[in-house]
Amino acid sequence: MTRFFTSREAILLGALLVLVLAVEMRFRGFAAPGNLAAIFNDTSILIILALGQTLVILTRCIDLSQASNLALTGMVTALLNAAMPGIPLAALLVLAVAMGLAMGAFNGILVWKLDIPPIVVTLGTLTIYRGIIFLVSGGAWVNSHEMSAAYKAFPRAVILGLPVMSWICVGVVAAFAVAVNRTALGRAFYAVGGNPGAAVYTGIDVGRTRFWAFTIAGGLAGLCGYLWVARYAVAYTDVAGGFELDIVAACVIGGISIAGGLGTVTGAVLGALFLGTIKNALPVAGISPFWQMAISGAAIIVAVAFNRRRAPGRVILREAAA
Amino acid sequence: MSTAHGTRPRHVPDRLQSRPARILHSWELLLGAIAILIFLANTQASPYFLDPWNLSDATFNFTEKAFVAFAMALLIISGEIDLSVAGIIALASTAMGWALQFGVGTPGLVAIGLAVGLACGAFNGILVTRLGLPSIVVTIGTMSLFRGISYIVLGDQAFNGYPTDFAFLGRGYVVWVISFELVLFFLFAAIYATILHFTNFGRQVYAIGNNPTAATFSGIRVARVKMILFLLTGLMSGIAAICLTARLGSTRPSIAFAWELEIVTMVVLGGVSILGGAGSILGVVLAAIVIGLVTFGLGLLNVPGIVMSIFVGALLIGVIAIPRLIRLIRTGKAA
Repeated sequence: MTRFFTSREAILLGALLVLVLAVEMRFRGFAAPGNLAAIFNDTSILIILALGQTLVILTRCIDLSQASNLALTGMVTALLNAAMPGIPLAALLVLAVAMGLAMGAFNGILVWKLDIPPIVVTLGTLTIYRGIIFLVSGGAWVNSHEMSAAYKAFPRAVILGLPVMSWICVGVVAAFAVAVNRTALGRAFYAVGGNPGAAVYTGIDVGRTRFWAFTIAGGLAGLCGYLWVARYAVAYTDVAGGFELDIVAACVIGGISIAGGLGTVTGAVLGALFLGTIKNALPVAGISPFWQMAISGAAIIVAVAFNRRRAPGRVILREAAA
Repeated sequence: MSTAHGTRPRHVPDRLQSRPARILHSWELLLGAIAILIFLANTQASPYFLDPWNLSDATFNFTEKAFVAFAMALLIISGEIDLSVAGIIALASTAMGWALQFGVGTPGLVAIGLAVGLACGAFNGILVTRLGLPSIVVTIGTMSLFRGISYIVLGDQAFNGYPTDFAFLGRGYVVWVISFELVLFFLFAAIYATILHFTNFGRQVYAIGNNPTAATFSGIRVARVKMILFLLTGLMSGIAAICLTARLGSTRPSIAFAWELEIVTMVVLGGVSILGGAGSILGVVLAAIVIGLVTFGLGLLNVPGIVMSIFVGALLIGVIAIPRLIRLIRTGKAA
């Protein structure tokens, strides 16, 4: 019990509650169930992406190409939908996930087989994937009226009081909670990040594990590509520009250690919700949206300072790199 | 991410290659060859390429980014990274624009640009060296913070009306087609090459990047060296902000957006190991020129900027991947 109350997830949950209550005190109705559900729905994409990023960061890597992956898949599904409205939505969804998986696997192969540092790989693919959007679209926008009604309606359709997008997010979170904690691959992500050398001796293929982390992150980004474009009913080259860093920020706020091997699904979800709540609270509180960037920046710095990891166990040789 | 890899043993050769062999296998030679190839391809592709004024214009594609890249190279060699540089540029530019409203002249504007750069570098440096936080996360945070402050100050507005003598810093020419920025580029290249390759401080940077623990035990003040590197990176970002603001003649909060990624690309393309401990300034200079030539050549062919970025991204991955791929095929197993 004490362990729960001192865990970073509990502290973060507390911070989130304080934030919601503080806004509620000044502006009645912010904490109403309907509004909270709306915030959750708004944050769904960030949560899904942050979970993918969590796997990658757990294995001591980083994926900066998620937002470009998302934008490219979104654009391709939108273009296909506009050109051939007859294609069933299920086929587009499969295509989106498959494209995302392929782009993630490409990152993963470069990291696994060629041993190129992940930040270099994904910095490269970030610009390449983004550039390809321009090539396939010719720089043109796909606007709402060009998309079929079914394409736009799916993420918004309400089932049991919540939009489909929220349900997809709930499903992904549940799948992660089980897969990360209860499967061999899930534990391998922690083992690889915690101590790659030791992981090798327990029979885990470090490169292959990283490959799967990138591939899963890519697949989720692909799924979010469709969701994003369908929800906002517009696709253009700069969709989700700069969002890759918001995703990393959500993970960091959620206590996923950038040094690998440490972090939980709950943490990532809470980190994303924290950013999402701030984003939604600003207009309510009458603060100019221009404040948002500085506030999330400050939140990242506070979170990382707060999550500073003290070396667990016996300190044999103090880490010298202060 | 300096600890990203570490599962593979580090092979130390029994004896060093001979000097000519080392030069022949060097990254810098490869980059130089690529630069010449691109140059020749450009002369074939467009008749306007060889015009001296056009070539001179092309240098603006990389000079300001390269200022920051030189300092960033040292920082990355030491095993840290600074992703907030573009944020620093935005904040420094905003501060200069703000001071302009009170009639501050060119010397004052320059001083403010430098001071804001240094202050931001100090802020990063303190968070990383005093609190022991990972620089990649800290600077993702400060990147948003610094640019966020610019957005708070400016919103959707812009500062204009910089004095004409200030404009010289970004648009001026020293002799004929040699711009003031190009002179600065070579000056900084020489200064940083000297610092990194010919001083004790430079050796300390390599030592820290290779093994911070060993560096501490050999009497290097690791935290202080890193602090200085963050200050230098902030300072160079301030200088880049001055030149960029002078060249554009206005400040918007979106100024130099996403430059951090282009600057890191430049450094890594220049052969600096993202894991720390290796790299040279000559490599960064050549990488800057390669990127400048690619973007300029494609620009002459009316290729849009976003498509150029595909080439730059492919270049970044390609130059690292291809030698490894060849080795992989030759040995038949993982590198």
